[in-house]
Amino acid sequence: MAQTALTQKKSITLDWKRWIGVFPFFLFAILFLILPSLRLFAGSFTGAEGEFTFANIIQLFEEQAILDAYWLSIQISAATAIGGGIFGFLLAYSVTVGGLPKPLRSALITFSGVASNFAGVPLAFAFIATLGRTGFVTALIKNLFNINLYQQTDFDLYSFWGLSLTYMYFQFPLMVLIMAPALDGLKREWREAAENLGASTTQYWLRVAFPVLLPSILGSMILLFGNAFGAYATAYALTGGRLGIITIQIGAQIRGDVLHNPGLGYAMAMGMVVIMAISLMGYSWLQKRSERWLR
Amino acid sequence: MSIFARIRRIPFWSWLWFILGALYFLLPLYATVNFSLRMERDVIGFKAYVRAFEDPRFLETFLYSNMLAVLTIIASIILIVPTAYWIRLRLPEARRIVEFITLLPFVVPAIILVFGLIRIYSSPVTIPFTEIKLLQPLTTFEVGTDILIVAGYVVLGLPYMYRSVDTGMRTVDVRTLTEAAQSLGASWFTIIVRVILPNIRAALLSGALLTFAIVVGEVTLASFLGVPAFGPYLFLLGQHRAYEPAALSFASFLLTWIAMGLIQLFTGGQGQTTGAH
Repeated sequence: MAQTALTQKKSITLDWKRWIGVFPFFLFAILFLILPSLRLFAGSFTGAEGEFTFANIIQLFEEQAILDAYWLSIQISAATAIGGGIFGFLLAYSVTVGGLPKPLRSALITFSGVASNFAGVPLAFAFIATLGRTGFVTALIKNLFNINLYQQTDFDLYSFWGLSLTYMYFQFPLMVLIMAPALDGLKREWREAAENLGASTTQYWLRVAFPVLLPSILGSMILLFGNAFGAYATAYALTGGRLGIITIQIGAQIRGDVLHNPGLGYAMAMGMVVIMAISLMGYSWLQKRSERWLR
Repeated sequence: MSIFARIRRIPFWSWLWFILGALYFLLPLYATVNFSLRMERDVIGFKAYVRAFEDPRFLETFLYSNMLAVLTIIASIILIVPTAYWIRLRLPEARRIVEFITLLPFVVPAIILVFGLIRIYSSPVTIPFTEIKLLQPLTTFEVGTDILIVAGYVVLGLPYMYRSVDTGMRTVDVRTLTEAAQSLGASWFTIIVRVILPNIRAALLSGALLTFAIVVGEVTLASFLGVPAFGPYLFLLGQHRAYEPAALSFASFLLTWIAMGLIQLFTGGQGQTTGAH
């Protein structure tokens, strides 16, 4: 008995020494990631006099302006995740199993790598030059079809659809980058087996390929959702803060206490973290499911 | 083969999607370049580029952002390489928790991170539960703000840098390399700097370029922490100018292009993506 206790104690001290190797990393993470997050978390349960309260959280669900901001963010993120997801999938399909020449594939992948990283202020300016009031495509449509986008239609670059179109520029390339390897993972044998059993191309896609790819597609779309949901710079540069998505509202709250309740500001930030956490969990769950077939 | 059969063999839908995608990629770029070249009436010229690059504020902010990027890359390497190495070699049970932490920046977007950083570091750092001051507020002096923003950028780049380094270490046999170096009498420092680092240089380079792409044009942290970086400068320029911002936007697209092209060149693979928008 004494013997085992002794070895156990020894292994604990040994362990402690081994953990020192990762101490700097944990210290950094605590100082610059965990503590700031905990501060917001604690703040969202703190009242004006520093007392513990649920009032901020309750108020979060009562304030119509805040709910609207969340809802707008969710709508934009969902629209660009689904739109970007479908379009990105079709693009990835066309260069992997779609029968396009090989060089197009590497061109598309490289371009996607650049475009998915091209965001923020330059992206917003590029879209103003494209679809703004005097933009290139705006002028093109006017000359070709004699339609003035801004006078004859409801289109406005600085609105929901304008921002969504802009987000799409980094959304669908991200989908291409994730889906191309997944489509490569479809085994030739599956198709041959299906054909030997008399399946048509449509049947193969509906009954074999699509079910295998589905978790991967959904997971990637969730990733795109989070990608758009956390975006701030692009929206701010494009709309100058006029379109009240949740990140813009939080930005306003950081600059000055526009809600007149710091606790409510923290609660708003925590609400975002909760939504991001849920989507990341969904993503990793689906990722595990997709690894069953695609490796 | 008849001409009809030949046409049938062309994958129509694939071409359609590809062309649509190419248009989506290229039209905004073409529009930006086209616009940036029209600063002078009826003349196509580079005047907007000359004007933009002549502005001393451009050079100042651009150099400053590059300095932040270099500091971020150095800090990330110093922080992540030994950690990933140690986990691989001595502490595999820490892998899960460390990987979890490196994924947290996906849950805490830049705007939330800067919110928390400002709330923590705009007041003096004290020893918990006492009034003893360790440090004056980081946001009140220049070096302090620089430390804070570099730390923030390290956090934003953490998922990419860690994954890059970890994948790099998986492909070389870290354990054998270490044992070989040890048997030749090398110290830990020598092993990491002269054996491990050179062996994962492709991974390091791709992580570094990705971090560079995140940091140089970054706006959220930079504007809320009030540093004179390139991103906020470009944003302000866009408020009262038209042609110069377009010129700089295209220039920063080329910069991203170069960074990503280099990653492709060094890794030869799929490349990675960021999410720092």
